[in-house]
Amino acid sequence: MAEEKKEEKTLTLQVSSNPHVRDSITTQKIMLYVILALLPATIYGVVNFGLYALLVVLVTVGASVLFEFLYEKLMHQKITISDCSAVVTGLLLALNLPPRIPIWVCIIGAFFAIVVVKMLFGGLGQNFMNPALGARCFLVISFAGRMTNFAYDAVSGPTPLAMLKSGEIPNTLSMVLGNEMGTIGETSVIMIVIGACFLILMGVIDLRIPASYILTFVIFIIIFGGHGANPYYLTAHLAGGGLMLGAFFMATDYVTSPITTKGKIIFGIILGILTGVFRCFASGAEGVSYAIILGNLLVPLIERFAPLKCFGYVKPQKGG
Amino acid sequence: MGTYTFNGGIHPYDGKELSKDKPLKELLPKGDMVYPLSQHIGAPAKAVVAVGDTVKAGQLIAEAGGFVSANIFSTVSGTVKAIEKRRVPVGDMVDSIIVENDGNYDEVDYPPAKPLEEMTKEEIVAAVKNAGIVGMGGAGFPTHVKLSPKDPSKIEFVIANCAECEPYLTSDYRRMVENPELLIGGMQCVLKLFDNAKGIIAIEDNKQDVIDSIGKMVENEPRIEVYALKTKYPQGSERHLIYACTKRSINSKMLPADAGCIVDNCDTLIAINAAVRENKPLMRRVVTVTGDAINDPRNFVVRCGSNYADLVEEAGGFKAEPEAVISGGPMMGFSLFDLNVPVTKTSSALLCLLNDPVSKTVESACINCGRCVDACPERLIPSQLATYAEHEDYEEFDKLFGVECVECGSCTYVCPAKRHLAQYIKSMKKLSIARSRAKAAEAKAKAEAEAAKAAGDKEKKGGE
Repeated sequence: MAEEKKEEKTLTLQVSSNPHVRDSITTQKIMLYVILALLPATIYGVVNFGLYALLVVLVTVGASVLFEFLYEKLMHQKITISDCSAVVTGLLLALNLPPRIPIWVCIIGAFFAIVVVKMLFGGLGQNFMNPALGARCFLVISFAGRMTNFAYDAVSGPTPLAMLKSGEIPNTLSMVLGNEMGTIGETSVIMIVIGACFLILMGVIDLRIPASYILTFVIFIIIFGGHGANPYYLTAHLAGGGLMLGAFFMATDYVTSPITTKGKIIFGIILGILTGVFRCFASGAEGVSYAIILGNLLVPLIERFAPLKCFGYVKPQKGG
Repeated sequence: MGTYTFNGGIHPYDGKELSKDKPLKELLPKGDMVYPLSQHIGAPAKAVVAVGDTVKAGQLIAEAGGFVSANIFSTVSGTVKAIEKRRVPVGDMVDSIIVENDGNYDEVDYPPAKPLEEMTKEEIVAAVKNAGIVGMGGAGFPTHVKLSPKDPSKIEFVIANCAECEPYLTSDYRRMVENPELLIGGMQCVLKLFDNAKGIIAIEDNKQDVIDSIGKMVENEPRIEVYALKTKYPQGSERHLIYACTKRSINSKMLPADAGCIVDNCDTLIAINAAVRENKPLMRRVVTVTGDAINDPRNFVVRCGSNYADLVEEAGGFKAEPEAVISGGPMMGFSLFDLNVPVTKTSSALLCLLNDPVSKTVESACINCGRCVDACPERLIPSQLATYAEHEDYEEFDKLFGVECVECGSCTYVCPAKRHLAQYIKSMKKLSIARSRAKAAEAKAKAEAEAAKAAGDKEKKGGE
């Protein structure tokens, strides 16, 4: 007994509030899964557009990480680049750039995404819009010519969406495969969907936002697109531009989408309508980027107007 | 049979294979016995013995200190050595009766009980009250209070909470394997109180063997049915168990009786059975001693008041020094900083872990991933509640129903940023409840003062 008592004294026990077990998931793991999921589209982009596209990707990712590191160093903050969120932002931005974009534009884009959109608003978890899309829109406005120069196989011409706009029906099969003009990562629907399936299987994203987004968009196009439910026209719209990349990888960005199921579905519907409006009625051919960042800005409003009902909720009685 | 469940919840590693096949073993205590006067929800019990008194096992040593309180009995024979403050598993120092065990285990003679058929409802509730029975699943709410709803005829379901959703725990499972007749017997006692009620024995479907065996045993019991629940934490949470079985949902301001339900834990029903049919008080409970730090994980039938350190020894001692020792399950248990604490009526397990993941995690920024929202059985937004808790923003916290939190810890479990969500919310919830109480008391005092003033004015007028 005396011996036992002695043994007990030597026990050093960790004391904390419950629960005492944790899931193995971490922020870093989630980011790594997203990077893995984007690799098929990235590799396809490099194969499709050539090695210069690879340089664009590497520079954009590198610059994003470097800007985050420098900002945190200068501001005497904790260095958080190991969470890999800057890599995800850089990669998403690169996939949204045209394959022949000058390198200095990539660096400006990375600076805008990381420093202006993300870090100035408080870093990871605080940005009010998707950093990659924010930077893309900034670049489109600032360098309209360079950002819409989608030369492909040394031939420049209209993108499939621009053809749709002018009333032609592009080759939908090559659009699904991705042998088309566009940004580095948006052209191949197949590669994007492979990545998205991986993320869904790993439990990183789910279909609440992408499904409500795409469904709403399809309904909008059927009603307002002027071609009814023409399958070629619909496929061209779905496979064209950044819709797939946007719906699965940008709209599902945790930070800039609502947190509740109700909010997520409303968010998806708003994105579908906005994308439809931009594609059908605006002057440009593409609308996904603007739709999503506009949607991002609406998130606080959506969360306010999607009232929460807790378990066992009872309506407050009037007068009581 | 369909599988009954609720929305949300998590699937942690359940660790039950360590101890689920280890039969119950009666454990005789060694050193002094410690009986905290407060091991239930409500008023502490009042000691009815003095230092130097000799006591027998089964003798009342402290009586309930109010309606919501419970009797406490000695579980050994011996001498009352001291009445002083002792450490209890939750970490507090609580007034306790210390009995020196003489090792004879002389037990008092219990008065013979009437057969159940001849007992009145009042007699059944009185037997439960006298036996000092409290909810043995962990909360420790006095059972006779639960069994006395305002309108007994409105109770439609008596639910035996045999979910045992906490990882590692196998105490209820062993009870169901070895003493199913006592469980059913306890259910019959409770059903006798509620004429319009159906008895549901609710078991998670990871215990299919007992679902089948108990199902067979109640085939001829028209009022009792076994429900297979989906295996998911926190399936055994009272509100969510009621929802799973009846699709009725209650909030924090309601009682199970408001949904026509009475919920009692497996071991509690067994204690009710002994109290009603044999007049025996609550003296023993099943404790699972388990975890990767334990040499021989076991399920023990332990006399309340025994020392936790003895349990560890009986289970073969530690393989290596544990980093964390938890009283209860890993999700809702309390971590101990000292093994020298007594087994109480609510101790369900002693979990010894070689690695404590919590002390190694570092909190990082919330990325708004929504995993906590999907896991929350109460459909709250834990990430936002935690932020409001950090800011002490009572208004927003209450607006988002922070007080509805059941403290199950599912949000903390799933959080990839490793934020201590449940901890923030729990603390804030207590502050918020205290604040609303203070406000209500203030409003009441004000109203009373005004009423008194008005009455005074009236009197004055009358006097003129």
